[in-house]
Amino acid sequence: MSQEWQIVWFTAWVSALSTVLILPAGLAAAWLLARHDWPGKSLAETLVTLPLVMPPVATGLILLKALGRRGVLGGFFHDTLHLDIAFTWRAVLAAQAVMSFPLLVRSARTAFAEVNPRFEQIARTLGAGEWQVFFSITVPLAWRGIIGGMILAFARALGEFGATIMVAGNIPGKTATLSLSIYESVQLGQDAAAFRLLGISVALAFVAVWSGEWLMRRRRGLYETPP
Amino acid sequence: MKLLLRNISLPLADFVLEVNVELASQVTAIVGPSGAGKTSLLDLIAGLRRPRSALIQLEERVLTDTACGLFLPPRSREIGYVPQDLALFPHLPVRKNLLYGCKTSLPRGSLFSYEHVVAVLEIERLAGRSVTELSGGEKRRVALARALLTSPRLLLLDEPLAGLDAALKARIIPYLARVRDEFQVPMLYVSHDRQEVQALCDEVVELERGQVRSQANQKA
Repeated sequence: MSQEWQIVWFTAWVSALSTVLILPAGLAAAWLLARHDWPGKSLAETLVTLPLVMPPVATGLILLKALGRRGVLGGFFHDTLHLDIAFTWRAVLAAQAVMSFPLLVRSARTAFAEVNPRFEQIARTLGAGEWQVFFSITVPLAWRGIIGGMILAFARALGEFGATIMVAGNIPGKTATLSLSIYESVQLGQDAAAFRLLGISVALAFVAVWSGEWLMRRRRGLYETPP
Repeated sequence: MKLLLRNISLPLADFVLEVNVELASQVTAIVGPSGAGKTSLLDLIAGLRRPRSALIQLEERVLTDTACGLFLPPRSREIGYVPQDLALFPHLPVRKNLLYGCKTSLPRGSLFSYEHVVAVLEIERLAGRSVTELSGGEKRRVALARALLTSPRLLLLDEPLAGLDAALKARIIPYLARVRDEFQVPMLYVSHDRQEVQALCDEVVELERGQVRSQANQKA
């Protein structure tokens, strides 16, 4: 596999993995924010949104301090599991997960809020417990928003740059992603390589968004009566 | 049936719902103007809202008793609820809607078995359809069947014929009467319509701004 395809493959699978990994916590956070009032809710909302509005490099610096060998989390992983995080592929994963988490939560939260609570209430009177209500009523009815949030999160992960370069560096064959490689190619004056990677980035993003739209259209067809 | 609603207090937007009645009829109508607190009362009985204070007891079973902190969750109350908007799950076909709360342990010939309930309400041919393809009358019968399939000890019907024209109402009322006579499940029936109340109900409770204005047995 050429180095370029290795970069594409690495970026795609780490982005997909980060999207899958943030899904349970993202859905839980979205549901708690959409369906419940609790003390500290506005603080939690602010914290969830923070990576969207902070400079990515600043988020990357926080991650570097937390995930480095001397950091709270990095030290724990190093001492107990003998795993290094900073400047490995795991740091790319962490940076992508943190940066894309708010997009998933915001989209899923809106989707959950739009589900008529009456459906959930009636499901309870029909004997359903909370988990059954969530998985058989809430999630299927919020499906479009959840898929939309996952696509946004995946696309954000694909293009992540600032936080990744801080916490993972740009190590060829280890942590180099599409965005980092495009930047490096331009810096080195390798315009042809930069444009090839650019084309692949656009194609990947297009396929992700288009498949999401296609999935949502299929789903909509299942719910709605044809005119 | 014996349904005790004692010391009920639930603050609503403009007034406090305060109810203190005992209902003993097979079918009791709850009537009153819009916004009188009728749906809120049904929600309290179903366990969908928590009252400030209440003792709600169905036969010997206490469902809510705020004095001792008892509040049975809706899934444990064995109360079927047909809300005004019917709340048929739009992502599930009719059959899955019907089976959502169906007790699979019931033998085939039993009163609340799937086969019997769909036969009484004449909805067998609808099972494979999407709920969005149903007519207004069909939707109401499916919602009623879905609630019955949980073998409820009490049925709450919140204006089940609202929005239907007079001809369709006249066609659906016999189904409700069949449910009343065939399944012998006690019902609380919220309605604005005198014709429905006279056709189906034994007792009438009138609510106004959260207070019981009158309670009368209309079959006496």
